[in-house]
Amino acid sequence: MANTVQCDIVSAQESIFSGEVEMLTATASNGELGVMAGHTPMLTGLAPGPVNIRMADGKEEVFFVSGGYLEVQPKKISILADTAERAHDMDEAAAQRARQEAERELANRSSEVDYSRAAARLAEAAAQLRTLEKLRRKKR
Amino acid sequence: MASGKEIRTQISSIQNTQKITNAMEMVAASKMRKAQERMELTRPYASKIRDVIGYLAEADSDYRHPFMEAREANRVGYIVVSTDRGLCGGLNNNLFKTMLQDSRAWNDKGVPSDFCTLGQKASVFLNVVGGNIVASETQLGDRPSAEQVIGSVKVMLDAYRDGSIDRLYVVYNQFVNTMTQTPTIEQLLPLQAEAEPEGKYRWDYLYEPDPRTLLDGLLTRYVESQVYQGVVENIACEQAARMIAMKSATDNAGEIIDDLKTEYNKARQANITQEISEIVSGAAAV
Repeated sequence: MANTVQCDIVSAQESIFSGEVEMLTATASNGELGVMAGHTPMLTGLAPGPVNIRMADGKEEVFFVSGGYLEVQPKKISILADTAERAHDMDEAAAQRARQEAERELANRSSEVDYSRAAARLAEAAAQLRTLEKLRRKKR
Repeated sequence: MASGKEIRTQISSIQNTQKITNAMEMVAASKMRKAQERMELTRPYASKIRDVIGYLAEADSDYRHPFMEAREANRVGYIVVSTDRGLCGGLNNNLFKTMLQDSRAWNDKGVPSDFCTLGQKASVFLNVVGGNIVASETQLGDRPSAEQVIGSVKVMLDAYRDGSIDRLYVVYNQFVNTMTQTPTIEQLLPLQAEAEPEGKYRWDYLYEPDPRTLLDGLLTRYVESQVYQGVVENIACEQAARMIAMKSATDNAGEIIDDLKTEYNKARQANITQEISEIVSGAAAV
């Protein structure tokens, strides 16, 4: 039997996922990382991007988080997400639109504050599209 | 004794009031259900982050964040969560009473308080009793967003960081059930030290990128989420308290109407009796 670990994904609005997983892949602030059962305790920030989990029966599921924290205990993984969505609930057209919007704002930026906000939005939209891309590849 | 017409106007005016309180009761009941659902949804995050912070306090780290360091109290801060509107029974007053007691206890020790108010009623109350309000936010509505709360929380966190307050509390009503709401004071900062875990092996997290930035973000998020949870819970309390208050108002109106109706019937009957006796005596005189 595969070695599994309890995993909880919660956002400020609701609890997204709770269950046993074999492996979790996420985009941390320093790059992508994978966590399996028995990992040493770790605390890291998450960048906007997909969170991929593989369950004991080999099924995979993809979530999108727009940032947050990943806490790892040997027997438990918790993700405290700013906002989290199940990837297949996401709307590709909306993500594309958000990206174009953010790009246009970046092109004719007016002030420094707007610039950083638009950049953050662009990063988020790009991450959403990346998540969807991943989901589509898996389906094929 | 009031005449029949006067009593009739009184009855109809009370009936109008009753209609209003009855409608408010039903509105509050449906709002309460939604508020309760939202409260249930935000709970996992709040409890999860509390767990993580608990582990963090246990971890044997080289780096101590200022939020985890207890220092002598020279000034305390309160984040007071109240409702925007009234007509919800003694909900706010009970809360303020609890808060004032706590604040007075500090004051007796020579420690003044700063207040941050979330909700109209708290800022009105503190203006009356002369509390020092450093930040306030009103009109949170039925579905407050985290952004509305974060601004005022940041003011208090900054005050804690630069040392102008040494303790931070959040004051809100805890939703126990529809009938019971308990005024609660929770210490947010410094993080309360857990009992020293004995005989446990020493361990620490791997921090990525580094503990300073990470803990700063996480602890800020922790305080925000606890306050936000308080706000959401207080809204459920508000609706529950309003529902109960409006229900008893409706019942009271019903009782008064019953009493007035008896009085009205008595007056009417006395009138009829008088007329009959007048007619009878008039007929006898003829």
